[in-house]
Amino acid sequence: MTLTAEHSALATAHREALADLLLRMADDELVIGHRNSEWTGFGPILEADIAFSSMAQDEIGHAQAYYRLLQDLGHPDADTMAFARPSAKFRCSSLVCLPRGDWAFSVVRQFLYDAAESVRLEALASSSYAPLATLVRKLRGEEKYHLLHGRTWMMKLGSANDESHARMQKAIDELFPHALGLFEPTQHESAIASYGIQPRESVLLEEWRRSVEPVIREAGLRVPANASPVHGGRTGKHAPALAEMIDAMQKVYRIDPSAKW
Amino acid sequence: MVSTMSAPPTIADPTTRIWEALATVNDPEIPILSVIDLGIIDSVDVDQTRARVRMLPTFVGCPAIDLIREQITAAVREAGFDQVEVEVSFDPPWTSDRITPDGLRKLREFGVAPPGQCTHGPAVESNFHQVPCPRCGKRDTALESLFGPTLCRAIHYCNTCHESFEHFKPLG
Repeated sequence: MTLTAEHSALATAHREALADLLLRMADDELVIGHRNSEWTGFGPILEADIAFSSMAQDEIGHAQAYYRLLQDLGHPDADTMAFARPSAKFRCSSLVCLPRGDWAFSVVRQFLYDAAESVRLEALASSSYAPLATLVRKLRGEEKYHLLHGRTWMMKLGSANDESHARMQKAIDELFPHALGLFEPTQHESAIASYGIQPRESVLLEEWRRSVEPVIREAGLRVPANASPVHGGRTGKHAPALAEMIDAMQKVYRIDPSAKW
Repeated sequence: MVSTMSAPPTIADPTTRIWEALATVNDPEIPILSVIDLGIIDSVDVDQTRARVRMLPTFVGCPAIDLIREQITAAVREAGFDQVEVEVSFDPPWTSDRITPDGLRKLREFGVAPPGQCTHGPAVESNFHQVPCPRCGKRDTALESLFGPTLCRAIHYCNTCHESFEHFKPLG
């Protein structure tokens, strides 16, 4: 693996900080994209099925774009990163690893995730790392639609009937601690902030709370009090659900790495 | 008197030949639009027999990027350039404001409501209310789904025609 002149000029600590952040973002996108694709053919109505399939396509495309930036920093190519890496090497959050659950669960997860992503992308649009800032300025236009979709479903199901309300509240209670874990700081936290790559995770977390909590309340739902974040994903400590998903996702590649499909 | 203005490009002008070749390459997902109508060509550059095309994909995850790149390469090669390089870039980001007036007209004729002006800032559902129906032109329409057959299209319903229609999403 060779580095371009531009990237070799970066201090090692700077490069490692960038790679740490990019890997987390790429893995989150790939894994949630794969989870969303599990609704393809199974959505409760055709439009819902198409929406989750489209978002899956977007997220996996975004993951590929982040892996390309990682490749500039000396990592293997996107396919190798996605298909030839064991689950313990993934740095995704626990939120995205969870199996898709019922429709309410997936809708709430997508909403909490998209709101977090939107906060992060807004911050990264002015990142000191120009290749990332450029990419993000493109991605945030696309992500707007995910967030709008999530909001619409939150409003619809929050108050449709007793059953939908109960399922949504159950999903929020279960998912909120995992969503807080999206902002788990890593050992590169200070470097990421001091190189101007991205603000501290705690800053983004507060911003995220300001964005999701009013929507949850407006949907007639309750924001869980005293939820504590589920950490571990950013250091590779994952629940077994991730390994199961990765096994399914990497099956063809493991049989024949040169297969085209 | 000697004019300091450069001569208008002729048919033989290599850059013009590349643009003409690009006009024959259609988007695989909306085949009535050429890549020029869609506004995804940022620039063309030529050095003797070597042509360079810079393309701005509509969506980062668009599955047609590789196909479009191959089709551009084939068309430009056909126009007499041995070496063709197609660079895919997100800088500047493609926005739906880049679709040409010709492209907007073709979309409407094809039955797809063209995107309105892009709004920056968060997407709000009201941007998707009363999108004019491409068939009857009336605004008595409702958003059915933000996601349609391709990433770039949403689905609406016209209360006058009693039929659904597609809408090219404003993206910026």
